[in-house]
Amino acid sequence: MKIMPCPLNGPRNISEFTCFGEVVEMPDPDSLSDEEWADFVWLSNNTAGAVREWWCHGPTNYWFIAERDTVTDEILKTYPAGEVFTTRREFKPREDPGG
Amino acid sequence: MPFGLLKYAFSPRYPARPDLRATPDLKPSYDVIIIGGGGHACATAYHLAKVWGITNVCVLEKGYIGGGNTGRNTAVIRSNYITPESVRFYKEAVELYATMSRDLGYNTLFSQRGQLTLAHTDATVRTFTLRAEVGKLLGTGIEMIDPQQIRELVPCLNIDNLRLPVLAGLWHPDGGTGRHDAVAWGYAARATELGVEFHQRTEVTGLKAEGGRIAAIETTRGTVRGGHVIQAVAGMSSVVAKMAGITLPIRTYPLQAMVTQPVKPFLDPLVSSSALHCYVSQTARGELVIGGGSDPYERYSTRSTLELKESLIAHTLELFPFLAEVRLLRQWAGITDMTPDYSPIMGESPVRNYWLDAGWGTWGFKATPVAGKYMAETVAREKVPAMIAPFRLDRFRSFALVNEMGATAASH
Repeated sequence: MKIMPCPLNGPRNISEFTCFGEVVEMPDPDSLSDEEWADFVWLSNNTAGAVREWWCHGPTNYWFIAERDTVTDEILKTYPAGEVFTTRREFKPREDPGG
Repeated sequence: MPFGLLKYAFSPRYPARPDLRATPDLKPSYDVIIIGGGGHACATAYHLAKVWGITNVCVLEKGYIGGGNTGRNTAVIRSNYITPESVRFYKEAVELYATMSRDLGYNTLFSQRGQLTLAHTDATVRTFTLRAEVGKLLGTGIEMIDPQQIRELVPCLNIDNLRLPVLAGLWHPDGGTGRHDAVAWGYAARATELGVEFHQRTEVTGLKAEGGRIAAIETTRGTVRGGHVIQAVAGMSSVVAKMAGITLPIRTYPLQAMVTQPVKPFLDPLVSSSALHCYVSQTARGELVIGGGSDPYERYSTRSTLELKESLIAHTLELFPFLAEVRLLRQWAGITDMTPDYSPIMGESPVRNYWLDAGWGTWGFKATPVAGKYMAETVAREKVPAMIAPFRLDRFRSFALVNEMGATAASH
């Protein structure tokens, strides 16, 4: 079994984890055109090489970031998401469209 | 007997005929350049030369012809999809497979033994019923069958003691298998006779854009210029498209498969289970080919993993417990270019003379002849035919997806 070094739980079987894709900055939906929003929803860098990804340890529901090489499947580094995201991001409350 | 064989080998009546010439030197330019040398590329090159009379065509392959996913898939051919767009498209693929050996004068071993998919939940029964009705409307061979009919069709199936109840089956008599290498080689051999050049061990390293067009292609064997450029590179789609400055809605996952040692014939149709994520077929040689769902996360590696192997074997043994003593012969993986809606991306790209044949994920082999036919027409007429228009790249921007997630390999 392949081992994932979890920042919270230590080395665990990789089947306990789920990958949630590359870490990307979410753009502000209000300042984008429909096409730009569609691109954000669907397009993927799909890099052949080192990528930074969201992973979650299922049993503890612990989210963290892993750097992994998609060609060799080598896990290069794992760390808590707090090392990258240091401030809380506030989303503007949406106006109720009516009714 | 040995003398008879020798006599045959040296007889001038049966001269040895190589299918492909040795790789020639690259010319400075071609009318059409195809990046990738799999089944789709060979089929496209053949149709360009045969149907549209465009013979100044060059195929650039970094390895050898048919050495990627063309030689790694489980060779399933079927048209039991769910959207009318897909059913129409794959139905024509099945029809082209039926006449392929005769059309090419090359035996592609098409074996139309039918495909059976088991439904274990009420929700799956409803989806399968929809697929059957769409298929019937569009003229494919497809029907829902009950457990008693399944017992008669596959007597060796562990239907009564299975962990999951078998509520019904989707029976697709049009389904079958073909010899995947022969499909690529058959198209390549006939295309070569018509003047198409196949450049093996020629890797594309860069694409040079000029005025919104791809002007030159850099390869490990020199630079070439092309009037039109088609990319048909399966798992490497995103990497090659990026050279042209295009980002695709594609993620690359490995798909693993395995084959057992040969045993006596006992399994006629292809059998798959919607909930066990596995499908099994027996080859003409008696080997059992076993395929399953994709890997759980993105990778560009063709190595097998222990987890996938274990789950695939466990699920196969649930369907056919008596296979427990049979040994595995080989296991392997192909890297698949998965799209969000499990449908391909064909036709125009944002670059004017650059055409896409990508996003073939786990369903590319069965589409080989029809993809070749319509990609050739697209480039020859510089106009996307109605048959493949639903699969345009632009559908993601307009959210007009062709959702086949429920009808593809991973979950069918």
